[in-house]
Amino acid sequence: MRETEATREAAQVRRNWLLSLPALLLLAAGAIGPLFIMLIYSFLTPGKYGNVEWIFSLDAWRGILFTRDIFDETLKLADAHLTIFWRSVRLSFLTTVFTFVVGFPTAWFIATRPPRWRAFWLFLITIPFWTNLLIRTFAINQIIRNEGFLNTFLIKIGVISEPLNLLYTDLAVFLGMTYVYLPLMVLPLYAAIERFDHRLLEAGYDLYASRLAVLRRIIFPTVKPGIIAGSILVFIPSLGAYVTPRILGGGRNMMIGNFIDLQFGQGRNWPLGASLSVMLLVVVTAALLIYVRFANRDRGHG
Amino acid sequence: MASRTFTASRLPGFATVAIVVFIALYMPIAMLMIYSFNAGDSIAIWDGFSFQWYERAWENEKVKEVTIRSLVIAGSAATISTVAATMAALATTRKKPFRGQTGIYVAINQPLMVPEIVTAVALLIFFAAIKVATGYQGLGYLILAHSAFCIPFAYLPIRARLEGMDLTLETAAADLYATPWWTFRRVTLPLLAPGIVAGMMLAFVTSLDDVVITLFVKSAGQDTLPTYLLAQIRRQVTGEVNAISTVLLALTVILLTTFFLLTRKRS
Repeated sequence: MRETEATREAAQVRRNWLLSLPALLLLAAGAIGPLFIMLIYSFLTPGKYGNVEWIFSLDAWRGILFTRDIFDETLKLADAHLTIFWRSVRLSFLTTVFTFVVGFPTAWFIATRPPRWRAFWLFLITIPFWTNLLIRTFAINQIIRNEGFLNTFLIKIGVISEPLNLLYTDLAVFLGMTYVYLPLMVLPLYAAIERFDHRLLEAGYDLYASRLAVLRRIIFPTVKPGIIAGSILVFIPSLGAYVTPRILGGGRNMMIGNFIDLQFGQGRNWPLGASLSVMLLVVVTAALLIYVRFANRDRGHG
Repeated sequence: MASRTFTASRLPGFATVAIVVFIALYMPIAMLMIYSFNAGDSIAIWDGFSFQWYERAWENEKVKEVTIRSLVIAGSAATISTVAATMAALATTRKKPFRGQTGIYVAINQPLMVPEIVTAVALLIFFAAIKVATGYQGLGYLILAHSAFCIPFAYLPIRARLEGMDLTLETAAADLYATPWWTFRRVTLPLLAPGIVAGMMLAFVTSLDDVVITLFVKSAGQDTLPTYLLAQIRRQVTGEVNAISTVLLALTVILLTTFFLLTRKRS
C-alpha cells in the first residue's frame, strides 16, 4: 500500500516534469542557453569583419574599463566607456527617484479612491504600461523636437524666440524613461498602500504628529516593501534601456544598451559586446537578489 | 466611519500631482493620435482633418508586408507559448511541491528578469552560429525567440486562474469514474479557458510590440512593424508613422480591455 503511494507520487512528479518540458526547451533554446554561449564569446578574439575567432583572450573583459594605446600598447582607463556607464547609472537613478516623487502621490490618490473607482484609475495606469514602448517614446520625441508641439507652442505665446534643443540630450532621455517606466513604480506602490491600515494615520494625528511626521514616520516605513519593489522595477529596465536612449538621446548620448549594440555594428567587437552584456546581467541580477532578500525579510516580520 | 478615514488619508497636494501625472501620461499619446488625422505635414500645426496618412499607410506595400510578418510571428509565438505555458501551469500549480519546482518557476520567469538587450545580443550570437552551420535564414529564429519571451506572459494569467479554481469539481468528476483525460477535457479545460485566452492575448500583444530582440534576431529583409517604425522615425517624421502607431495602439487597447474583462474577479 505504501509502496504504491510512493510510485504514484513518483509518476506524478515525472508527469509534472514532462508537462513542463516544452516550456523549458523553448526557454533553453530561445532565452537561457544563448546566455552561456555569450559568456564563452566574451573570452574570444574579435574577428576582422565582426563575429569572433576562436582564440582565447581576456581583452574583452579588460576592454570594459581600459583601452590599449595605439602606439606604446600601454593600458589606459577608457574615459569614453566610463562616461557611458556613469550616464547610464546617473540617468537610471534620477529616473527612479523622480518616478517615486510623482508616483507616490499618484499611487496614494488611487488607493484612497472609493473601492469601486480604484479599478478604473488602475486601468488608466496599466494601459500605457502595456502599450508599445516604441510608440510612447516616439510620442515624447514628437512633443519635444524642434518643430514639435512644445517648441511651436512656446514660440507662439512668445516665451522663447528660438526652439529649445531638447531632443538628443540627457534631459530628453531622463524625461522619456520617467514617462515610460512610471507605471512600474505606481503599481507596486499602490499594492503596498492599499494594504496600509489608515487607522494608523488617525492615531498619528491624535498624537499631534504633523503631516510630514506622519508621512516620514508612519507611511514610508509601512509601505517600504512597495517602495523597494517599485525602485527595483524602474531601475533595472532603465539601466538596460535601449529604445528610449536611441530615439531620444541620439547617437551621442548613449547608454550601456546602445554601447553594447555598437559593438555588434560599427564597433565590430563581439567579445566586448558579450562581456558588457554579461556585466549588465550581473549588476541586474545582484539588484534583484537584494530585492528578494529585502522582500523575504519584510515578510518574516509581518 | 469611512468618511473619517478618508479625511485622515488626504494629504495636501497629492491629488493635484496625481491628476497632473494622469494628464502627462495621456497627453503625448493623444497628440500623436490627433496629428495622425492632420491634413498638413506638420506634427505641431493643425491644418484640418483628413484621413490622408491612413490612406497612404494603407497603400504602402512595405507597411502591408511588415504588418503581415508581425501578425504571423505574433500569432505563431502566442500559440506556441500559450500551449507550452498551459502545460507548465498545470504541472506547477495546485500540486504537491516537488524537487525542481522552484527551478521551473524561475526558468519560466527568466525573460522578465534579464534585460532585453542582453537576451537580444545572446540570441544574435547563438543564431549567427546556427545560420552559418545550417544556412537556414527563415522566420523560425524570430518565432522561437518570441515564443520563449512570451512564455511568462502567457503563464501568469493561466496560473492565476488555476489557483482560483475549485478543486472539488475535478474530484467529483473523478468520483463519477471519469478518466483523468475526460476530467481534463470536460471539467478543467472549460474552467481554465478564460485564463488561457487571457494569457494568449497578453503573449500576442507582447510579441507584437517587441523591438529590441526582433532587431537583433531578424535577418535582412525581415522587418516587423515595430522595427520598420523605428527605421522610419530615424529618417523623417510624417503623419504616416502616427497613423500606423494609432492603429497599433487601438489594437493593443482593445485586446487589453478584453483581457481585463476576462481576468476581472467577479464581486
